[in-house]
Amino acid sequence: MKVVWLCVLVVGVATIAIKASGPLLAGGREVPQSTARVVDLLAPAVLAALVATQAFASDDDLVLDERAAGLLAAGIAIVLRAPLLVVVVVAAVTAALLRALA
Amino acid sequence: MTEGSYRDGIRAMMPLMPAIVAFGASFGVLARAAGIDALAAMVMSATTFAGSAQFAVVSVLGAGGTAAAAIGAAVLLNARYVPMAFAAAGAFRGGPLRRLLEAQLLVDESWALSSREGGFDRSVLVGAGGLLYVGWNAGTAAGVLAGDSLTDPATLGLDAAFPALFLALLAPMLRSDADRTPLAAAIVGAGIALFLTPVTPAGVPVIAATAACLLGFTRPRRPSPKRASAPRVQEARS
Repeated sequence: MKVVWLCVLVVGVATIAIKASGPLLAGGREVPQSTARVVDLLAPAVLAALVATQAFASDDDLVLDERAAGLLAAGIAIVLRAPLLVVVVVAAVTAALLRALA
Repeated sequence: MTEGSYRDGIRAMMPLMPAIVAFGASFGVLARAAGIDALAAMVMSATTFAGSAQFAVVSVLGAGGTAAAAIGAAVLLNARYVPMAFAAAGAFRGGPLRRLLEAQLLVDESWALSSREGGFDRSVLVGAGGLLYVGWNAGTAAGVLAGDSLTDPATLGLDAAFPALFLALLAPMLRSDADRTPLAAAIVGAGIALFLTPVTPAGVPVIAATAACLLGFTRPRRPSPKRASAPRVQEARS
């Protein structure tokens, strides 16, 4: 539980500082384009890594289980432009149904 | 540019509210399912106030990752707010404390909605961000309460909800036909993470995947970074 509160505290303080960075420090300056071009890609890279590890990692192993089926169903829902909540529910229900049948 | 009002911001945010509250509720439910203390989840929504980073912390800890790995993933995800905060900086007024507090209402949605030709509208940003803050925290509280009555997360397929959620947040970033670099960064990032999973401790693969952002150096220069990423945000959660 201490680990959780450490994360809440550090991530909270870091995020507050990040959001305040521009309004407190900018004085009319912008982040240089060369930096922005790279920083912009952090979110897609990290999100994709989270997709991959949350779907296929089980401790130190790569596995194909019900989560992969849920992810596939979610991908179809996203292509069909379903709202976020529907995407998440579709994935959970798919995995739950497959587990119930197994 | 004509200055909008708080009311304009609130009105612009209203259509997104059901999705925001539901998203907040899903954070509460999944946090409880991952064994996160109810109070910790609510404090996190009130202070961090950034969905994808909060889900990253919960999912990394839930998968057995260390605090360093969870914090690293969340902070790297929120690094995108640095250029956004600098872009919107000119709109904020008053002393340092007021700027610091109002800047906390900067999230993807309020940033996109307050973006104007040649700058940002402070009142719209504060109005829209303020309403979103209320909805996000109310949703989290409701989700935490609902999550308390859950039995086994795996039976309900909640572990499959995380990758689906991250994919849904990722998808709108990849839809640009003009710039394929985000798609390349996503593929390389996922590849690095999968490659490292068998050989490094939990959480490290996600941090290492950020090396994919070096692809940014190969990118074409964009005429208007502000406009380029604004529309994707509303799509993401609505």
